[in-house]
Amino acid sequence: MKNDSALLIVKGLHVSFFTEKGIAHAVQDVGFSVKKGQTFALVGESGCGKSVTALSIMRLIPEPPGKIEAGEILFRDRNLLALPEYQMRAIRGNHIAMIFQEPMTSLNPVYTIGEQIIEAIQLHQKKTEEQAWELAIETLQKVGIPEPRQRISEYPHQMSGGMRQRVMIAMAISCKPEMLIADEPTTALDVTIQAQILDLLDELQRQSQMSILLITHDLGIVEERASDVAVMYASKIAELAGCKDLFEKPFHPYTQGLLKSMPHLGFTEKRLNTIPGIVPDPLHFPSGCKFHPRCYLGCNDKRCRTIEPELREVALERKVACWYAPGYEKPDDPKL
Amino acid sequence: MNINNDFLLKVDDLKTYFPIKKGLLRRTVGFVKAVDGVSFAIKPAQTFGLVGESGCGKTTVARSILRLIPATAGKVVFDNADVLSLHGQQLRQLRSHISLIFQDPLGSLNPRMTVGNIVGEPIKVHKKITGPGLTERVRLILSKVGLSPDSIDLYPHEFSGGQRQRIGIARALALEPKLVVCDEPVSALDVSIQSQILNLLKDLQEEFSLTYLFIAHDLAVVQFSCDIVAVMYMGKIVEQAPVNELFNNPLHPYTVALMSAIPRIKAPNRPDRRTLKGEVPADLSTTGCYFNPRCPFAKEACRTQTPPLVPVPDRPDHYLACCKY
Repeated sequence: MKNDSALLIVKGLHVSFFTEKGIAHAVQDVGFSVKKGQTFALVGESGCGKSVTALSIMRLIPEPPGKIEAGEILFRDRNLLALPEYQMRAIRGNHIAMIFQEPMTSLNPVYTIGEQIIEAIQLHQKKTEEQAWELAIETLQKVGIPEPRQRISEYPHQMSGGMRQRVMIAMAISCKPEMLIADEPTTALDVTIQAQILDLLDELQRQSQMSILLITHDLGIVEERASDVAVMYASKIAELAGCKDLFEKPFHPYTQGLLKSMPHLGFTEKRLNTIPGIVPDPLHFPSGCKFHPRCYLGCNDKRCRTIEPELREVALERKVACWYAPGYEKPDDPKL
Repeated sequence: MNINNDFLLKVDDLKTYFPIKKGLLRRTVGFVKAVDGVSFAIKPAQTFGLVGESGCGKTTVARSILRLIPATAGKVVFDNADVLSLHGQQLRQLRSHISLIFQDPLGSLNPRMTVGNIVGEPIKVHKKITGPGLTERVRLILSKVGLSPDSIDLYPHEFSGGQRQRIGIARALALEPKLVVCDEPVSALDVSIQSQILNLLKDLQEEFSLTYLFIAHDLAVVQFSCDIVAVMYMGKIVEQAPVNELFNNPLHPYTVALMSAIPRIKAPNRPDRRTLKGEVPADLSTTGCYFNPRCPFAKEACRTQTPPLVPVPDRPDHYLACCKY
């Protein structure tokens, strides 16, 4: 697809955290684009940098210890990283909204949900208290909260986990943002409630052509809900592709391993495939390709051990960072 | 069902109620029926899965069996001993035969104890082994769960999540238990680590012929790990069957909805998504079948009758509690 349909473009993002133990490069050279009205998924295991990427887009990285060292985040052709804070505030919540994993800790326990939604509305829109109240009720209705007129005066602890997540979504969409960042929106919820919340997000997206940046560790959700996906490993994008392509034919050994190691329904083997080893510590990344110590292809390849592959376009709309992927030159001498 | 002594653990009509206290005098005004008449039996070397959403009572079942929570009524027979009436020395002994693996590997390990002490303490307490003999045993157990025996002097924070779960497993195995209760053993772990732990649990089961009571909310994990699965909803088992039978032929509307709700990869014949309306009710006013407010097939009878768990005709070992059939 053409570039002009992209609502958000992230280019060469680099985020580091300066800790007592050293510099942790949490995000390195991450780039992707989110198209209008579509869902883009960032997948990866804990610590791979997916949430840090999301927080960077919102400019919510705590500074210090964090620092966005390089990169551009273009939202409707404006570089968010170059905006002064007061302009960023007008974007945050109004044009780009975010929902978090834990709805309980993201809501303020001492205010009613109505007060919290209205605060967001009045901050960004010129509305009287009454108008804002009506809009809040309307939004609660939209996200499927029964009897919104009564429930608007309730406190977060009076609601169940699924309802709280609906309140978070109501708050996020109350200003009709063009883009919603959903950081593990259903991880804390039960599967039947998870399905309800994901259906709700789909529905809202259809109604308003909102783009969604979905951050998750669950590849099942990605396959069902996203159109494009970036798999992150150890601060970098390992593979970027259309969702269908990725699940049909994953190129990166990490993606392959992840897909194979998930138990899924209908699975009849006696043992699961595993990826040996553990996710590397961002303070001590291995040399070369960061995945090589766990990789069935690269663990003995000198090139993989010493030179890190860059993310290359190997097919239409497909990028991979692996020396063994199609489109990479074959080593002249395998024992190089 | 088979004769009684074929089973390692037999739970009969177990009920665990928590009182709701209100007012100045903390009078009991009602009960939360966390476990409301649960019966099942586990054969040796089998893995019995309890699935359900949060709050359905699956953890309470496990804790009642271990006598960590007092049960209100019912009978639990473990290895021919009546668990709920044991006390003193006998209860201590029981606990050396049943062990627990917890969900949160960091929260369940004492941060001030070394791995050697964590794994060695149950051996010291129950088997009275100390000194070099103890160290040797701990090192052996650590190597069995895939940890380096040299990590014996390290503290839990020095390990990754998956390794911490291995420490938890090592501690559970320290006394060579007959039954291991695995309470959501992999739900806090990353996907690539999850599969390592699930394989490890299977290997250990084979090596030591362990019996597992496996509690999970993830049906795919359950399908991989279990031989027999019971689905719980609001304190009751609504369906129970051997794993393949349950997954190929789910009958209860809740089981069907639960299965269709899982986001899955390349499901060859994915059933139509049946998104359930509503949530698990928080009040206790539901009458009849507890599932009726969310059930797409609820009829008048469902609101008045509580269906018992009965065998499904022509389906060996398949039990169902539903008025629809």
